[in-house]
Amino acid sequence: MEDTAVHGHITPYRSLVKVWLLLLFLTAVLVFVSTVYHDVLAVPALLTITPLKAGLVFFYFMHLKSEKPFLKGLVFLALAFLVVSIGLTFSDIAYR
Amino acid sequence: MSTVPLHAHPVHKDYEGAKLGTWLFLFTELLLFGGLFLLYSAYRAKYPLEFRTGGEHLNMFIGVANTVILLTSSLTVAISLTAIRKGNRKLTMLCLGSTIALALLFLANKYIEWTGEIRRGIYPNGPALLKLPDGEKIFYGLYYSMTGLHGLHVIAGVIALSFVLDFVRRGKITGADFTKLENVGLYWHLVDVIWIFLLPLLYLAA
Repeated sequence: MEDTAVHGHITPYRSLVKVWLLLLFLTAVLVFVSTVYHDVLAVPALLTITPLKAGLVFFYFMHLKSEKPFLKGLVFLALAFLVVSIGLTFSDIAYR
Repeated sequence: MSTVPLHAHPVHKDYEGAKLGTWLFLFTELLLFGGLFLLYSAYRAKYPLEFRTGGEHLNMFIGVANTVILLTSSLTVAISLTAIRKGNRKLTMLCLGSTIALALLFLANKYIEWTGEIRRGIYPNGPALLKLPDGEKIFYGLYYSMTGLHGLHVIAGVIALSFVLDFVRRGKITGADFTKLENVGLYWHLVDVIWIFLLPLLYLAA
């Protein structure tokens, strides 16, 4: 289909609803873990579940999954820059 | 010589360029909020107990409810894009309308939450805030800055989505030309992503 060739893949309704349910489930897990097992698991949960949720939104809702490698690379570069900047500054502050 | 001029097609549309431009704008947004996230992490490392106490006093129920609201609004905007591309104008408008309604609901919750905090005396130079230790003052400062800046983005999103809804109604956004809807959708999803990070940082910090 020409439209698909020019404008990319159309995400089916079913996939969108599945991703939404998964996001709600992950939110429930995050809230549960952070409140019940706060001392041990709150930070690990924050650092794993939260980026996973963001990734789901990026890949499916923002259809990054079906974008060209160029755009994927740009997004990766921007996020990597952010992580490196935060990581380096944070390590400086933490060991002062 | 051909009688048709080279620029016979009067409207130039660059679908890929528009999308790339939107993403570049979103990168600047990531760095804007990224700076605040960095500030948050640095001060949380310095004042772990104060941040914990601060988080305890926030309304976790509203925070979680607003997460569900924004996740759902992301779903409706994503559905509206699929719907317009499948030629279902009615579903597109219904979903965009729902997204705007959910965004307004989010803001109403934010209003209830903020007025609650303000009534407790927690606002810049507020009597209760001034009595708190430095770490908690910083926590609330970051709380107001981050949720406030995010709230401004929600308001901007409501305005942009309202224009998009009107464009769809007037037939200016169609299954063949949906760039505006797609790009406003991308922006809205990013507003959602930022909130995904704010929930554990502020409301689940206790």
